[in-house]
Amino acid sequence: MKKVYKIEGIDCANCAAKIEDKINKIKEIEEATLNFMTSKLSIEFKSSDEKEVEEVMNEVKKIVAKMEPDAKLS
Amino acid sequence: MKKSFKIRFMFSVIFAILGVIFQFMKIENCIYEMKLISVISFLISYFIIGIDILNKAIRNIFRGNIFDENFLMMIATVGALVIGEFPEAIAVMLLYQIGEEFQSIAVGKSRDAIKELMQIKPETANVYRNNELISVKPEEIKIGETIVIKPGEKVPVDARIITGKSSFDTKTITGEPVPKTIGPQEIIYSGTINLNKVVEAKVMKKFEDSTVSKILELVEDATSKKAKTEKFITKFAKYYTPIVCFLALALAIVPPFIFNQEFSEWLYRSLTFLVISCPCALVISVPLGFFGGIGGASKNGILIKGSNYLEALSKAKYIAFDKTGTITKGVFEIQTVVSVDISEQELIRIAAHAEKFSNHPIALSIKNKYTGKYDDKKIENLEEISGKGIKAKIFFKETLVGNAKLLKENNIKFKEIANPGTVIYVAIEGTYKGCILISDTVKKEAKEAIFDLTKAKVKGSYILTGDEEKIAKQIANEVGIENCFGNLLPEQKLEKLEEILKLKKKKQSVIFVGDGINDSPCLARADVGIAMGGIGADAAIEAADVVIMTDELTKIAQAIRISKATMKIVKQNIIFALVIKIAVLILGAMGYANMWLAVFADVGVSIIAILNSMKTLRIK
Repeated sequence: MKKVYKIEGIDCANCAAKIEDKINKIKEIEEATLNFMTSKLSIEFKSSDEKEVEEVMNEVKKIVAKMEPDAKLS
Repeated sequence: MKKSFKIRFMFSVIFAILGVIFQFMKIENCIYEMKLISVISFLISYFIIGIDILNKAIRNIFRGNIFDENFLMMIATVGALVIGEFPEAIAVMLLYQIGEEFQSIAVGKSRDAIKELMQIKPETANVYRNNELISVKPEEIKIGETIVIKPGEKVPVDARIITGKSSFDTKTITGEPVPKTIGPQEIIYSGTINLNKVVEAKVMKKFEDSTVSKILELVEDATSKKAKTEKFITKFAKYYTPIVCFLALALAIVPPFIFNQEFSEWLYRSLTFLVISCPCALVISVPLGFFGGIGGASKNGILIKGSNYLEALSKAKYIAFDKTGTITKGVFEIQTVVSVDISEQELIRIAAHAEKFSNHPIALSIKNKYTGKYDDKKIENLEEISGKGIKAKIFFKETLVGNAKLLKENNIKFKEIANPGTVIYVAIEGTYKGCILISDTVKKEAKEAIFDLTKAKVKGSYILTGDEEKIAKQIANEVGIENCFGNLLPEQKLEKLEEILKLKKKKQSVIFVGDGINDSPCLARADVGIAMGGIGADAAIEAADVVIMTDELTKIAQAIRISKATMKIVKQNIIFALVIKIAVLILGAMGYANMWLAVFADVGVSIIAILNSMKTLRIK
């Protein structure tokens, strides 16, 4: 399943790249790309189950909060 | 620039100047006090300008992010303070902050430019519900509803016109600058703009399946397929910061402690390293360049599905075309009419009557040529002889309309014409009366398009077609394509393409151009599969890597030009950023570069690279 999130408040492109790298390390994620210019985070999940996806997203949110406390994910 | 930043900047500068003044004031008996005031002024200045960076840096330490750029700036400037280089520390912080501010302005500008690009999305739609015309969001429209598009409005969803006829500006979708007149029963595509008259139309597709949504989705998704260059930069960035930081550490430790050099001097050099340790210039400008190139191409009606395809396009060396519908219009037209003893019009009239009830493409082309009225009563005993033609009584005369086989079968004397394409012979009452030459016509810009491709340094061109070889050869000669292979079954097309793929060397790529209908294996196998006439053809959009919205062949060379120009800018940025950074690192290690230069190498380079990248948006 593929979902696109809006992510705001990322300082620099390098930080975006780092966050992207960390998110891609989550096992349940097929591929994630964070586009700094369009402020969009698109994630391809391995699972298509809404509940599982939500759990994975919690992990993603934790990573974002850790790397960039000012960033908002919606 | 934000006002709060300006104020902070001003106060910081004032305190810095005070610091310098007190530093040089030599009043007797209170030299020590003066020095203290000077240091305090410097510190105030430093904190005013650097407080947010210090704040973020400390916060990040607790989170375990040590190679964060805020942290590195903090170490660099605090280090400078410790060795007594107060003005230096403040200057670095000031320049860094100005640079960041400019950088965010540049990023904001390019974001706006991208947004503008994406502004093909219609905002509202007028739809009839319960006999009332109401305004709704395009997402809420259902298939089968009737919508009204007024002049100046964007078409919200793909629809078929019921009443009205108007000009539509299709530039945003196809890149075609000339407006198109569209009338009843014809399709209007979402994102195009109605220019002059009100039209009513029946909804064919939901908003999310309409052309405009497809395009937006494609362009936004395009960045997720990264080019090799982009991947290299990401990898490089990952190692760059730790390596530079490690070198900085080595500079601070090795010379002073092992070779007994002066510590503060080498610490300063090591601090300049930290200032240059963020690879931001590259990380931001390279993807931005690709994004701009893809965006700019889409403005011209060329959809590129990923940075990787853009990169491959720029390396195009061989190109293979499908024939029907790609090089040719895919529509049969009468080329010449040869008549014996009767007028050409009469011949066409008789042939059209014979073909009246047939829907074969050949029949259609004859009927298209005939503009007069049909007299159905004069068509009698109609007999369709499969694979040969038609036998009927037309205007009370025994008539044969068909290929050579048909006439031979009926023992009619005639001269067979050697012509690539289809020849329809006509015989009336047992005598040959003439023939009609029909063939698929070559697109008018085909020759120019092939010439453009050679200018774009594409070396080999091919036609791969299922059609007869002699027809293909003639068309190849006409448009200037060097090689051609006819009579190919779909799987043989793929084999030929494999052979072409073997010809390419490293850093070269092979393009296949088709209409996306029956050549999807080739589109998928080539390094870049280009589908023509993407507007309204979902299958083509799905199968190809690059979609050209219109039928124009010249867009292929344009796509290659855009990709080359984009790659050039991307490479310029990479080389520029790397050369400056490495040069400043070397100068810094030797003690020739101060921190000011280091800040330029960091944020200054970023800003220049971003501005350079933005040029890709405007490539034509």
